[in-house]
Amino acid sequence: MNLIQGIPIPNVTVPFAPEQASTFAPHVDALYAYVLLITIFFSTLISVLLIFFAVKYRRRDPDEVPRPISGSMTLELSWTIIPLMIAMTIFVWGASTYFKAYRAPRNAMEVYIVAKQWMWKFQHQTGQREINELHVPVGARVKLTMTTEDVIHSFYVPAFRIKQDVVPGRYTQLWFEATKAGTYPLFCAEYCGTNHSGMGGHVIVMEQAAYQQWLAGGAGAESAASQGQKIFQERGCASCHQTEPGGQQSRGPTLYGLFGKPQAIQGDGQVTVDESYIRESILNPQAKLALGFQPIMPTFQGQLSEEQILQLIAYIRSLGEPQAGAQAGSGTGTTTGPTTGGVSPTEQRSNPLAPTSPRQGSPQPQLPPAPGRGGQSNANRGR
Amino acid sequence: MMNEPTTGTRAHEWRSRFPTVNYLNADYSWKSWLLTKDHKRIALLYLASITFFFMIGGAYAGAIRLELLTPQGDLMQSATYNKVFTHHGIMMVFFFLIPSIPATLGNFLVPLMIGAKDLAFPRINLLSWYIYMLGGIITFSALLFGGVDTGWTFYVPYSTNFSNTYVVLAGLGIFVNGFSSILTGLNFIVTIHTMRAPGMTWFRLPLFIWSTYATSLIFILGTPVIAITILLVAVERLAHVGIFDPALGGDPVLFQHMFWFYSHPAVYIMILPSMGVVSELIATHARKPIFGYSFVAFSSLAIAIFGFLVWGHHLFVSSQSVYAGMIFSLISFVVAIPSAVKVFNWTATMYKGSISYDAPMLYAFAFIGLFTIGGMTGVMLAALGLDIHLTDTYFIVAHFHYIMVGGAVMGYLGGLHNWWPKITGRMYPEGWARFAALVVFVGFNLTFFPQFLLGYMGMPRRYHVYPTDQPLWQVLHVMSTGGASILGIGLLIPGIYFLWSIRYGRFAPANPWPATGLEWRTPSPPPTENFAVTPVVTWEAYEFRPVEEMRVIGPGETTEQVAGVPPPLNPAET
Repeated sequence: MNLIQGIPIPNVTVPFAPEQASTFAPHVDALYAYVLLITIFFSTLISVLLIFFAVKYRRRDPDEVPRPISGSMTLELSWTIIPLMIAMTIFVWGASTYFKAYRAPRNAMEVYIVAKQWMWKFQHQTGQREINELHVPVGARVKLTMTTEDVIHSFYVPAFRIKQDVVPGRYTQLWFEATKAGTYPLFCAEYCGTNHSGMGGHVIVMEQAAYQQWLAGGAGAESAASQGQKIFQERGCASCHQTEPGGQQSRGPTLYGLFGKPQAIQGDGQVTVDESYIRESILNPQAKLALGFQPIMPTFQGQLSEEQILQLIAYIRSLGEPQAGAQAGSGTGTTTGPTTGGVSPTEQRSNPLAPTSPRQGSPQPQLPPAPGRGGQSNANRGR
Repeated sequence: MMNEPTTGTRAHEWRSRFPTVNYLNADYSWKSWLLTKDHKRIALLYLASITFFFMIGGAYAGAIRLELLTPQGDLMQSATYNKVFTHHGIMMVFFFLIPSIPATLGNFLVPLMIGAKDLAFPRINLLSWYIYMLGGIITFSALLFGGVDTGWTFYVPYSTNFSNTYVVLAGLGIFVNGFSSILTGLNFIVTIHTMRAPGMTWFRLPLFIWSTYATSLIFILGTPVIAITILLVAVERLAHVGIFDPALGGDPVLFQHMFWFYSHPAVYIMILPSMGVVSELIATHARKPIFGYSFVAFSSLAIAIFGFLVWGHHLFVSSQSVYAGMIFSLISFVVAIPSAVKVFNWTATMYKGSISYDAPMLYAFAFIGLFTIGGMTGVMLAALGLDIHLTDTYFIVAHFHYIMVGGAVMGYLGGLHNWWPKITGRMYPEGWARFAALVVFVGFNLTFFPQFLLGYMGMPRRYHVYPTDQPLWQVLHVMSTGGASILGIGLLIPGIYFLWSIRYGRFAPANPWPATGLEWRTPSPPPTENFAVTPVVTWEAYEFRPVEEMRVIGPGETTEQVAGVPPPLNPAET
């Protein structure tokens, strides 16, 4: 669906644009430059004609009445069809750029975001948590899974040219790949109450080495999945849900290897087990009941925070990696980290497409290929 | 070109020799105004009330601009600022822009232009003004009691579960006000269908009537949806039923769909009548029939229809499906075309015309230029990939002010000047009016053009404080505030000279420009019954005849019968 894949996007600099700090930014600026030129062309055309006619045909005699001209079908058709054609080119370019922004590559470093009035809470898979600051390595694809505890917010980083509303009751996703180390402002773009304009922060893009150092600084942080495992135990989820392969299905579906797979549901049809489906199944278990199970699961609405739910999801994702225990630090940008050892299955993340990393248990995270440095492993990566 | 100064004097003499009873001097009592069924008087009631709400909205705009002079929040607190921009939006959108042209110029002109004595339902017309006032007073009292801080968009769940302000009361006023729109729209549609004078076929109608008709369709089809939406917000807020609240199984984005299903067409409610006015202004002041009349007429209907199918372009980053986004984007590009067709036709109308530089024409020039920029930036926002970066920034703010102020308000001001002689029987001072038009144009651009730049630089809208590490942002905001001051003065000047002209302006002849519409074929101001004898239309729209003939005939073929006045003395002019 990448409609203009293969067409080189000229690297343009438009006036009054913020810094271009993501792979997406040049696409937006190029599109902007294109529409800007069309805008300038038509505005100038109309203005020049208006001024020219106004001067040339100004009223010279208070009593003059010009000869009427009723219209011209040729002109009408041409100024209907030509603008429509131009509009369609903008549409196609705009839509293909939009696809890039919202179709996240599958092998990306995952960050969970929980917004609330008036702060941004970030959770890295490796366990680091941040408020209003997000540290990411340069050249890594970062996928954000976002929700909010209260009202609608919107995650907006002008330097990356990305924005996505964060909506209560659901997960929204966005991805980016930063191209330049630096500190970039982060804004909440959707009005969210009294201190809306104070709900900002920074995305800090770091060189690989600096990022490793920063990761190491979070010593003792427990990975999101392992935190999720604890909640799983504490809340008694394990009494109904198996987490190991094989064995008897319990009263609830076995969660091992479930993530990313299609699941038949009662009534009709099937759903893909993703973040949203797991969230819904925790909070409103009867909404889409897995086929073959009784509606006996109680709701956890109001008993788990958004962050806890995300940790549970991280845990469930980690169950049933294709090669459990053999893929730590696979090409996802996540890492077991130099700091968290011991809870081995929980540190894995389901990542069906990721190439199996030869560096098993490597303390060094292996980041997604950067442009020009890595392979062209993903069709979504712009050009 | 103005009439020669002598004309006014002559009109004065004429008047003193043949005193006429018109709709203004027929009765001076309060009761005769507050219980009037005359569409012209109701138009003036609306004019006074929307001017009041416009001034309230303008005062809030001034407060916003003052606060943004500095990046820090030093003039007011965030909670106050949020209320101020909310009040500005609510007042301007619901109580000024939506009723502006339809309820004033529309009310005044629709019967006159089609050769009718009044609207189809005069009592309903009066009722719609009372409903409007009731709605306005309810909402205004909500603002006085403490205000609302949800933004004029009332997005849930902020408006339902979080805001501690007078959401329900303000919403009630908007809910009530909606019925006023519906009744006005209904009245116009029935009137245009059933009360056209003999010979006034659909394709002889002035284009203002076509655009008013298209607007009325939106009024009656769209307004019930906003009423339902606001009602649901109130129900959710008071009873927590779970329509929008995700914790109760609701969907907050559903609100946005419902809200914009009305509020996007509402943009066309604001701009379509203005387009109709501009068609009249250009025809009159270039003395040419509108180029491609039927294309301009049908483009109004096309805008009204397609306008209902593009609401989702407000939701490109809202978590709406990517494919839905693509369809809404596609239709948004399509809806841009009829607007472009209008702009091209207006421009072509001026070719080989006889173009005057009177104030109404200056506003028409301003409209075309500013609307083109507003429309083209709308095309930018319709481009999905670009909208991700631009939505919810100052780019949006600049874009819709170019449409609503640069478009709707310019058309409104131009129309007010054009028909002021007809409404009041007095000429406004032309020199001052041209000067004011220039001031408004400069002030407007200085206010809103910098906001396009701010938007692309990434400044989000509805921000009370903004970062200090972006020095250019403050520069642009200072320019914007400076422009707003100039714009404010530019809008004040017409207020002053219009009031002045009611008492001191030169008397206006029946057809000062001269123009072709039926409204100019009856005295200025018209008698209560509009036309003593129902005119019979035997000519096409915008059929200009020699000027002396139009000036002399004035009221048209039925001169002798109009208000029983003998033909004016005019040997010098012929």
